[in-house]
Amino acid sequence: MDFFERFAVPHPSFAIYASMVAIGLTVVAVLAGLTYFKKWGYLWREWLTTVDHKRIGIMYLISALLMLFRGGVDAIMMRAQLSAPDLKLLDAQHYNEIFTTHGIVMILFMAMPFIMFFMNFVIPLQIGARDVAFPRLNALSFWLFFMGAMLFNISFIIGGSPDAGWTSYFPLAGNEFSTSVGTNYYMIAIQIAGIGTLMTGINFITTILKMRAPGMTLLKMPMFTWSAFIANVIIVFAFPVLAVLLAMGTLDRQFGTNFFTMDNGGMDMLWANIFWVWGHPEVYILILPAFGLYSEIISTFARRNLYGYKSMVGSMVLISLLSFLVWAHHFFTMGQGALTNSIFSITTMAIAVPTGVKIFNWLLTLRKGKIVITTPMLYSLLFIPLFTLGGVTGVMLAMSAADYQYHNTMFLVAHFHNVIIPGVVFAMLAGLTYYWPKMFGFMLNERIGKWTAWLLSIGFILSFMPMYITGLDGQARRMFTYSESTGFGPLNMVSFIGAGIMAIGFVLIVYNIYYSTRYASRNISNDPWDARTLEWATHTPVPEYNFAITPQVNSIEAFWDMKKKGHVIFKGEYEKIHMPNNSGIPFIMSCIFFVWGFSFVFSLWIPVIVTTIGIFVCMALRSFENDHGRYISVEEIEETETRLRGA
Amino acid sequence: MKMDHSLPLEYSTEENKLKILGFWIFLGAEIMLFATLFATYFTLVGRTAGGPTGAGIFEITPVLIETLLLLTSSFTVGLGIHAMRLGRKKAMIGFFITTLLLGLAFIGVEIYEFVHYVHVGAGLQTSAFTSILLTTLGTHGIHVTIGLFWGLFIVLQVWKRGLTPQTANKSFIFSLYWHFLDIIWIFIFSFIYLKGMM
Ligand code: HEM
Ligand SMILES: [Cu+2]
Repeated sequence: MDFFERFAVPHPSFAIYASMVAIGLTVVAVLAGLTYFKKWGYLWREWLTTVDHKRIGIMYLISALLMLFRGGVDAIMMRAQLSAPDLKLLDAQHYNEIFTTHGIVMILFMAMPFIMFFMNFVIPLQIGARDVAFPRLNALSFWLFFMGAMLFNISFIIGGSPDAGWTSYFPLAGNEFSTSVGTNYYMIAIQIAGIGTLMTGINFITTILKMRAPGMTLLKMPMFTWSAFIANVIIVFAFPVLAVLLAMGTLDRQFGTNFFTMDNGGMDMLWANIFWVWGHPEVYILILPAFGLYSEIISTFARRNLYGYKSMVGSMVLISLLSFLVWAHHFFTMGQGALTNSIFSITTMAIAVPTGVKIFNWLLTLRKGKIVITTPMLYSLLFIPLFTLGGVTGVMLAMSAADYQYHNTMFLVAHFHNVIIPGVVFAMLAGLTYYWPKMFGFMLNERIGKWTAWLLSIGFILSFMPMYITGLDGQARRMFTYSESTGFGPLNMVSFIGAGIMAIGFVLIVYNIYYSTRYASRNISNDPWDARTLEWATHTPVPEYNFAITPQVNSIEAFWDMKKKGHVIFKGEYEKIHMPNNSGIPFIMSCIFFVWGFSFVFSLWIPVIVTTIGIFVCMALRSFENDHGRYISVEEIEETETRLRGA
Repeated sequence: MKMDHSLPLEYSTEENKLKILGFWIFLGAEIMLFATLFATYFTLVGRTAGGPTGAGIFEITPVLIETLLLLTSSFTVGLGIHAMRLGRKKAMIGFFITTLLLGLAFIGVEIYEFVHYVHVGAGLQTSAFTSILLTTLGTHGIHVTIGLFWGLFIVLQVWKRGLTPQTANKSFIFSLYWHFLDIIWIFIFSFIYLKGMM
């Protein structure tokens, strides 16, 4: 019995038991459904073993949407608990667990895969390539991310959630104050997902550098590709830092080392420093691809080219450099002294400059444009003012002397949600609506889409603007309740209502998908938005080889110039196309990683050793394998092309 | 498979070129990984909590032997690649096996070194200093160990399949990895051992 006790949840409640049952039932239902409809073979052949960047992209999307709802439920629970003074819906421990998982799930398991989805689906198409540089590594990246996310998500029903905040500062995250295995989950699950992300970074840098269509020089790349390129460079520099940090955290918690301890020479602030050396660049990994999407969408629906292409690129390069030089702004109050704080204040404020340049470029793109307000454009237009507000409060926080007032209050919480929701989340939803027809061959309903955009914006304003005020009045973040006499009650109620409105918005997205799947017209062109870049030059649905003939490019907006100026981008005859074979190894290896992670969390060393060997066996198998891929014949291409052109 | 015969075998196909570039980027990530470890080492080096210091536990002899072994192995792997470019399969395999044996000897001495540290009371848990010292050395050591297996697999493949664009590509990438570990070791040698002994 002793052996099994470790898997019990240390701080159970009815809700957790109910979730256990619900999760159990869902798993059984899914397995039964797959068996009943005889879909195992399909699932294995078409999805689990796929190396096609488009399918991998779609799997990222599904994971991101699932995690959006998991994180969203956390959010609603927190807002409900704070909606009035002295509520007891959640106790302090549960509240701690929920804000921790909310942060990690939203940033690492929702926003990151959402971005990975766009990179996977869009970039090879946008640069006119057949696939990414390393298709199989790409599958491995996805499955590692997925297993990491799943491992993190089961923490709350097996062994207990992490509860030290998404920043997991030591000594709070050390064994003394975080006694359950929750923080082990944090260290291991993020480690596994992080390895996947790092490999994605390497993969996409190589892809973008080496696989662009002939004629597409670096300064002719579409803006989304540029933004993703820079984000991937940041990934390659930042994620190894995270890997080392998590490894040291694991060693401290499970092997008794003294990196971050309070005695034997350990240094707790070391965690905070290294965390933010990764963490601040991480927020730019999120926002840069979002900027890229806005750039595409704004120029498409302003019906003109993007204003200031080169300054857009330049400002992103500058942001990526500065993002590594500002980390201490996250702990101005921790006593580094006036000089250090001043330096970091200045570097932080400096980031606002290139960011501002981008905002002006978008505005100037709009100025002479013929604006068409579609759902993606509506999100973009809402983004500009709302995000600017978040940037401005960022600059307020950047003033180290003033930060003593704002730090770790709801004001800070309002700031980062103010940049992340209108900045990242709106971009994801705008991009999703924009690329939906390319993926699935029908458009999402515009009316429902616009309703969603407005509900999310209004909900956002109601839920986060009050936090600026209560924050300035001294409401601390991460407190599970407050007393009536503080006077925070009414504004927190407004926040709760706002959160509810946002929740309705998110449910509407699901409804929109359902509604459009049923009723939307399938009779749409390959280019329903009248867009400007190469991804719209191929068929819908996109054939597995993307382009029958590799496009040849000689301008930034190659596809637009093909449509309007008669440039010929598809020249020559069909040739047989080389494609990679599917492989089960990435999936199987990631499953072994999952078991490895799970055993590690619970310090079950024998399974850890066995699975470690298993992982290396997979790598060895891969090394010895002789797989040269396959060819799609010219006849097959002709057949596919005629069929797709048929409509 | 399109091949470009004007280039060395390991660069001869499109896929090969991609892999080499991808590996360079991976090495960039590895540099960040070790840079983080070094930064942590310099932060914690003085925090010995009354326990052993670097000067107290470092021994010059094993460290010199390790350095010699690893530097030589970096040289022999270079010779291996040279032989590969000349198309001399046997010589190449010979140099690769020499490299791996030198690497194995390095690991042997490193294990001795670790045992010594634990023996004189500088275990993983003793102080912040010993924690980061052993973690940094250990991370490098694990890299070398993985390299041993990887190199072995490559030798087997070259032996069985001959020098093809694929095996040449793998061997070349392996040599990059091995040189990289050598460079990291030079940093460890200078900034951890020599500086520590001064
Ligand atoms: C003009 C640009 C920006 C400036 C000047 C800025 C400044 C700051 C400062 C000074 C803090 C720390 C405040 C404190 O802890 O007291 C902070 C926190 C934060 N910022 Fe920003 N920021 C900017 C843009 C962004 C963007 C674009 C994102 C994300 C997409 C972002 C995400 C965050 C997050 C997640 C935190 C807090 C994390 C935590 O403590 O849990 N910021 N920002
Ligand atoms: Cu920051």
